[in-house]
Amino acid sequence: MTPLSARCLRAVVKKEFRQIRRDPRSLMFMAFLPAFMLLMFGYALNFDVKRIPLAVVDGDGSRASRGLVDKFRTTEYFDLKAVLPRTAAIDPLMAREKVRAALVIPAGFAEDLLAGRSPAVQIIVDGSNAMSGTTAAGYAGAILQSYSQRITLQALARRGLGSAALPLQAEVRVWYNPELRSAKFLVPGLMAFILMVIVTVSTAFSIVREKERGTMDQIRISSLRSAELILGKIVPYVAISLVSAHLVLLLGQVLFGVGIRGSYPLLLLAMLLFLVGALGQGILISAVTRTQQVAFLFAVLTTMLPTFILSGFVFPIRNMPAAVQAVTYLVPARYFLDALRAVILKGAGFGAVWGQLLLLLAFAALSLGASAARIGRGDKEPSPRRRRARA
Amino acid sequence: MAEPAIEVRSLTKRFGDFVAVDAVSFEVERGRIFGFLGANGAGKSTTIRMLCGLLDPTSGAATVGGHDIRREPERVKRAIGYMSQRFSLYGDLTVAENIGFFGGAYGLSRRALAERLPWVLGLAGLVGRERSLTRTLSVGWKQRLALGCAVLHEPRIVFLDEPTGGVDPASRRRFWELINGLSERGITVFVTTHYLDEAEYCNDIRLIHAGRIVAGGSPRELKTSVIRNPILEVACDRIVEALEILQKEPWVLETSIFGMSLHISVEDEEEGRRLIAARLGREGIAVHRADRIMPSLEDVFIHKIEEQAGTGEAGEARP
Ligand SMILES: Nc1ncnc2c1ncn2[C@@H]1O[C@H](COP(=O)(O)OP(=O)(O)O)[C@@H](O)[C@H]1O
Ligand SMILES: [Mg+2]
Repeated sequence: MTPLSARCLRAVVKKEFRQIRRDPRSLMFMAFLPAFMLLMFGYALNFDVKRIPLAVVDGDGSRASRGLVDKFRTTEYFDLKAVLPRTAAIDPLMAREKVRAALVIPAGFAEDLLAGRSPAVQIIVDGSNAMSGTTAAGYAGAILQSYSQRITLQALARRGLGSAALPLQAEVRVWYNPELRSAKFLVPGLMAFILMVIVTVSTAFSIVREKERGTMDQIRISSLRSAELILGKIVPYVAISLVSAHLVLLLGQVLFGVGIRGSYPLLLLAMLLFLVGALGQGILISAVTRTQQVAFLFAVLTTMLPTFILSGFVFPIRNMPAAVQAVTYLVPARYFLDALRAVILKGAGFGAVWGQLLLLLAFAALSLGASAARIGRGDKEPSPRRRRARA
Repeated sequence: MAEPAIEVRSLTKRFGDFVAVDAVSFEVERGRIFGFLGANGAGKSTTIRMLCGLLDPTSGAATVGGHDIRREPERVKRAIGYMSQRFSLYGDLTVAENIGFFGGAYGLSRRALAERLPWVLGLAGLVGRERSLTRTLSVGWKQRLALGCAVLHEPRIVFLDEPTGGVDPASRRRFWELINGLSERGITVFVTTHYLDEAEYCNDIRLIHAGRIVAGGSPRELKTSVIRNPILEVACDRIVEALEILQKEPWVLETSIFGMSLHISVEDEEEGRRLIAARLGREGIAVHRADRIMPSLEDVFIHKIEEQAGTGEAGEARP
């Protein structure tokens, strides 16, 4: 294969930059929408998981149980809305969404504690809103744990260092987020999600638009080859989407206090690989579709849901059924999100994320390679009738 | 004789079971203006797109610039320029930017481009409007700019698909002057049109109807060989009445009204003139003039298409 022609490449890059500049709406869409969406989602989600309306059923009515209820009342994560006599009274409140979580302290709570038995405290969470539901469970678990530790220490002190089991049984499900700051795990997830959708959607139009306007035929008659066309189209978009990704990072830091603990160059590399992959997916969609509407639909369908559900953004992957877990390996945002959380939150180095980076690279190479092959083969316009026959 | 610029053998394109181009064969000599004429849907664009390598033929063969369109599509591309039926420059780029982009896409160096730019601007008549957005130009200008971009890289052969569609008559004439200019530079021009009068500007013509070539030759050959019977242009009084009378005569072959006169096709010029004067005289209609005229290409094509329809073959493949 002959090397790429710099002349051809330069012509495409120039043309794309000019066209983007003359279309300020698309430029704004790409550059600022991600940051704006982070702002909206970030606050909405953040607000949602603070002040979760809570009901309490205190079946014990002891000093110990009141102490636990106080713990819940004094955090900003819960808002005590009702104290109920029976567990059965929770249901109607939750159905009307008056409360989203309930704490049920069984009778004999204090007694069990004193006897060194583990009382079963129940946390009931409204699962219909998965986001706030899981978060509520996480917060509640953490509060129980901290309460339980205090009791343990007291017990240990009282008994003079006797052996003691953790007095409270509670399933603790706090995500990678020890300070219980929801922004910390939300922001990287939102970044991956928003960038994936916006970037893919913006390039999904790029080639199909040329087909619709007839300029693609003119290009196919020229000596421009598909690799030059694709690279030339990608370069301006990489630049813009990198700017956009940095705006998102900046906003995450300024508004949500999510600073970058790890190395910036490593983060840049991860972003670059991810963005090129997402751009490649957009180009591929553009290469196989015939109209901008179809391309848009394709781009949204293949990014929005998979990234939202299967990347680990909202639902932890390890809690998914095995079959679903297997599918998540096909979602590039998953690798990006892993790398992002590792580098941003944990300060992980290259050694911890090289696997993810390699997979992102593979995805980028695959999507771009497939696009080049598809465009190179040329859309030889099989008739609609033949198309249907094949389908 | 030199190898033809384009050689087409039984080229066929089917879309499903519909035959859009039905085994067409022809040759185009170098440096000529070759006109491909036919109504909308006749198969002109489909033929061009196959020759340019944009569409795979179903069967048949063709060479363009000596290169086989199936085996050497890349070489074909380098030899040709193409102007598609639909306007296909970037409306959101300026005139100069469009020329710059296509120059780069054809692999022209900066220097070559700098030389070609004024030439294309001159050709399109757009000197001084380099910085206008292309979408703001009138249709005639857009078409000339598209032609300029199609010949930027100095191809030996250009395919122009209905370049004068939707353009006013003055612009059409100017466009044909450009085509003539290209031909004078030795470029082979393959041009399609559905305006029959434009056929007069071509050196060589094929008429395509329902995917088949129904007539061909130079304009002059077509006029003299296809319609052998003389046509008399008759100027007389009460022409509608005269037409009705003559139509009933067995020695009158074809009739039509052309403006203020009648076109009457007869077996023999002298005898026809005499018979017309006698017959109309009997009805008290004075004949002022009855001159033999050359049939127009329109007469030729109408004659050919009617002949084709008469055999009942062409109509069947159509949906
Ligand atoms: N991609 C296609 N699929 C199905 N039919 C087509 C396709 N392209 C053209 N046709 C049909 O083939 C016929 C010839 O079309 P075309 O070559 O564009 O005609 P012309 O250029 O002479 O107006 C038309 O009836 C058209 O509808
Ligand atoms: Mg056409």
